[in-house]
Amino acid sequence: MAILSQEEAKKIIDKVLGYSKSDEMKVELTGGRSGNIRFARNSVSTAGASNNLALSITSVLGKKTGTSDINEFDDASLEKAVRRAEEMARLAPENPEYMPMPGPQTFGKPQAFVDTTANMKAPDRAKLAGASIKSIRDSQLSGAGFLEDSANFNAIGNSKGLFGYHKSTNVDFSLTIRTPDGTGSGYAAGDFNDVSKLNTAALTEVAIQKAKASQKAVALEPGKYTVILEPLAAGELVQFMVRAMEARTADEGRSFLSKKGGGTRLGEKILDERVTIYSDPGNGQIPGSPFSSEGYPHEKVMWFDKGVVKNMSYSPYWAQQKGAKPLPQPSGFVMEGGSQSLAELIKGTEKGILVTRFWYTRWLDPQTLLYTGLTRDGTFYIDKGQIKHPVKNFRFNESPVIMLNNLEAMGIPVRTRGNLVPPLRIRDFTFSSLSDAV
Amino acid sequence: MKRREFAKLSGLGLSATLFAGGAMAGNRISAEELLNPGLDVAVKKRLADAALNAAKSKGATYADVRVGRYLRQYLFTRENKVQNIVNSESYGIGIRVIANGTWGFASTNEMTPASIAACAEMAVEMAKANAEIQLEPVVLAPQKGVGEQTWRTPIQKNAFDIPVKEKIDLLMEVNGAAMKNGASFVTSNLFFVNEQKYFASTDGSYIDQDVHRMWPTFTVSAVNKQTGRFKTRDALSAPIGMGYEYLSNKASEKIVVPNGPTVYRYAYDMIEDATLAALQAKEKLSAKSVPAGKYDMILDPSNLGLTIHESVGHPLELDRVLGYEANLAGTSFASMEKLKSKNFQYGSKIVNLMADKIQPNTMGLVAYDDEGVPCKQWPLVKDGILVNFQATRDQVHLLGENESQGCSFAESWDSVQFQRMPNVSLQPGPDKYSIHDMIKDTEKGIYILGRGSSSIDQQRYNFQFSGQLFYEIKNGAIVGMLDDVAYQSNTQEFWNSCARICDKDDYRLFGTFFDGKGQPGQVSAVSHGCPTTRFNGVNVINTGRKI
Repeated sequence: MAILSQEEAKKIIDKVLGYSKSDEMKVELTGGRSGNIRFARNSVSTAGASNNLALSITSVLGKKTGTSDINEFDDASLEKAVRRAEEMARLAPENPEYMPMPGPQTFGKPQAFVDTTANMKAPDRAKLAGASIKSIRDSQLSGAGFLEDSANFNAIGNSKGLFGYHKSTNVDFSLTIRTPDGTGSGYAAGDFNDVSKLNTAALTEVAIQKAKASQKAVALEPGKYTVILEPLAAGELVQFMVRAMEARTADEGRSFLSKKGGGTRLGEKILDERVTIYSDPGNGQIPGSPFSSEGYPHEKVMWFDKGVVKNMSYSPYWAQQKGAKPLPQPSGFVMEGGSQSLAELIKGTEKGILVTRFWYTRWLDPQTLLYTGLTRDGTFYIDKGQIKHPVKNFRFNESPVIMLNNLEAMGIPVRTRGNLVPPLRIRDFTFSSLSDAV
Repeated sequence: MKRREFAKLSGLGLSATLFAGGAMAGNRISAEELLNPGLDVAVKKRLADAALNAAKSKGATYADVRVGRYLRQYLFTRENKVQNIVNSESYGIGIRVIANGTWGFASTNEMTPASIAACAEMAVEMAKANAEIQLEPVVLAPQKGVGEQTWRTPIQKNAFDIPVKEKIDLLMEVNGAAMKNGASFVTSNLFFVNEQKYFASTDGSYIDQDVHRMWPTFTVSAVNKQTGRFKTRDALSAPIGMGYEYLSNKASEKIVVPNGPTVYRYAYDMIEDATLAALQAKEKLSAKSVPAGKYDMILDPSNLGLTIHESVGHPLELDRVLGYEANLAGTSFASMEKLKSKNFQYGSKIVNLMADKIQPNTMGLVAYDDEGVPCKQWPLVKDGILVNFQATRDQVHLLGENESQGCSFAESWDSVQFQRMPNVSLQPGPDKYSIHDMIKDTEKGIYILGRGSSSIDQQRYNFQFSGQLFYEIKNGAIVGMLDDVAYQSNTQEFWNSCARICDKDDYRLFGTFFDGKGQPGQVSAVSHGCPTTRFNGVNVINTGRKI
């Protein structure tokens, strides 16, 4: 088992720091295990498992840094790795943007580790995948899926007395179920820290229903439509915006947050006033790492409050240039929603299109955050509050910034790909062409 | 974890800032250590035999072993600063077995005979556990053992032999050229990879291969703070299966288009391209926004290469056709029925697309694939008709064939090999015809260069591609630059609109260094060759928006 306790990790890090002859040193110790199983055509296809434990040493001489990694832990190997990092620093070019390492910090203690997940083994995976395959086969459909579980820890320490430790588990399951004639396809996915919250049977049932219901799709004209984006689809577009909140590119005039004439849009209302997005590693549903790889704390940060840009992320260097506080990019985010279920959102829709998920979403213009991509695995027409029939998949060309100004309603947020995102009803969502893909 | 981050990047396009932070597989080492020779081939054979024997003794009916040492050197700079230099080495063994008719795979970086035997046993145990939910036993196409073989990418200059300082000096000169010519910002990178792969199987093959590839690239940005607009221009280089000799200035490897761009064949002048990029990025700031509509598209290899990759390479992967990738990448419009009909018109009659694992200077070039199959070339689309797919040993029987095409590849020793795309290339036209001739013959067209935004559906029908440079062509001449251009089409419709292909003198390579596929994700590198090609009446959309 490669999960070291906080005490074990600290002991190794302190020992390594003791070998340092450089001006500053950072030591990162990471380890864990992961296992996976893939199935397709209603049968297992491949599987794998891996363990790792690795130590990374960054030595600093003036403004020159060198990093060496090692996965041997005897004293001689550790000392050799320290000497090697120092030698690499000596030979490195100077980095004029180098910033001194932070001293001791106070980190939160998110509860992200669950023993049941950590203890998963190959037969557990085969059992979950096998049960899912059986349901699919019983429905005379064809399924492909992937289950992966992991348990990891990471610890960080530096020569200025900083120390942090965090451990987490995760399990991801997704599956795509198709009708034998290839005219219907349905998808469902879930991710949790605790495998006991993962209901593979329920997800399989959702994908089966979507596969059956999406057969014989009707072609609608491309154009602007009211859409209901399920959390998976909504989250995909929103995350691109959250990831683009870097202060430096905004200040440099090459971001959607750059302002005409110079400066940034910090403090401006750029989204609908119901849009509030924040990150919080302490959130029990999506616990995240309490510190960044540079050793700065991940705290609760408001990014958009009632549509207003409240914060941008700052690297330590850029923070110093601008007199701001270093603020790392968040690893996950929470978008606040409403109180309606997805079913209630559908019921309240006069005419619209329900989107299960997007696929192959890629940027077109970093200035406007215009993205393109396609709907996939369950796209349906809603008329007078009811799902009427499946529709052929569309290509969209849309910006999350424009989309979140055309907000009509939001449902209850759910966890999707490590974020909490509500289903959204959006007006005038731009579909630019049709796709024959199922 | 690191490997997954790596694979994700391939889907997003290159995000150098993430790489600059050091997210990559393997242990970081010094540049000098990249030149260590690694294990002697006799030692590798002993370790491989230990694994094969252990697997057989635990009940495997087939086993293969890959002892891998993967060396990478990545350099990152912006303006006059070095952001990061990463040298890494990843070393270990991956053991794949068939037991009870089912695949099992395990890997370890502890290279002792005891831990290798334990790893082989773990692979067999996994195969046996999964056999419980296996529908059809694995069927392997026969492959005769090839005995002991060695092979190396035919490079002239090993990039790892070149001192880091020389590479940094080059990038500083590149950045300086861009800034001097009006760039607001520039980032530049060099990526060098050396895969030292030793393969052995219970068929009796012991194959030692030394594979090299590289990619020089940059992004130049021009910002107009008054208007609040900014534009970028990426390098027109190709990731390529060559050594450091690719980075040279040879007039014979250059094509200059009057009033237009300069493009490169097998020698890349990075400083000249950065100079031109800065001037062109500034020009883009005031370029005319394209009126949407139908145009004849003249696509440079630096742009068409990606379209080939997405609309020909991926849909003709047999595992996709069969449904093995349905849960992530998707399936394919190019069904088995379409292949068997022998009359599926994939493209117009002038379209010939070859799969090729033996083409010089390409990133897919090796002598044997990752399951010991000798590499070759074969047609995928012949005179416009779909004639074949790409397959591995365990799937080729589903095509009714009993010889693998040699398309197995694993990203590293710790990832299981599966079907990956060979080089897929469009063959040149038979008659003498240059880019100059093509522009002269075009009335209303757009000439596109460089890799831009790309998106295609999960069965590879509907796609949308952008680019780096867009030139408006009117009545046989380039009249100026356009902006906000993306072309949308359907794969079959697009390839059937292929009207003219330049000749072999215009043939150049495009490449993708980080192509992602599979769960967990793995990246591979592959090249696509073609000459400049014209497609008539393609739908162009305007991507300009206001927020």
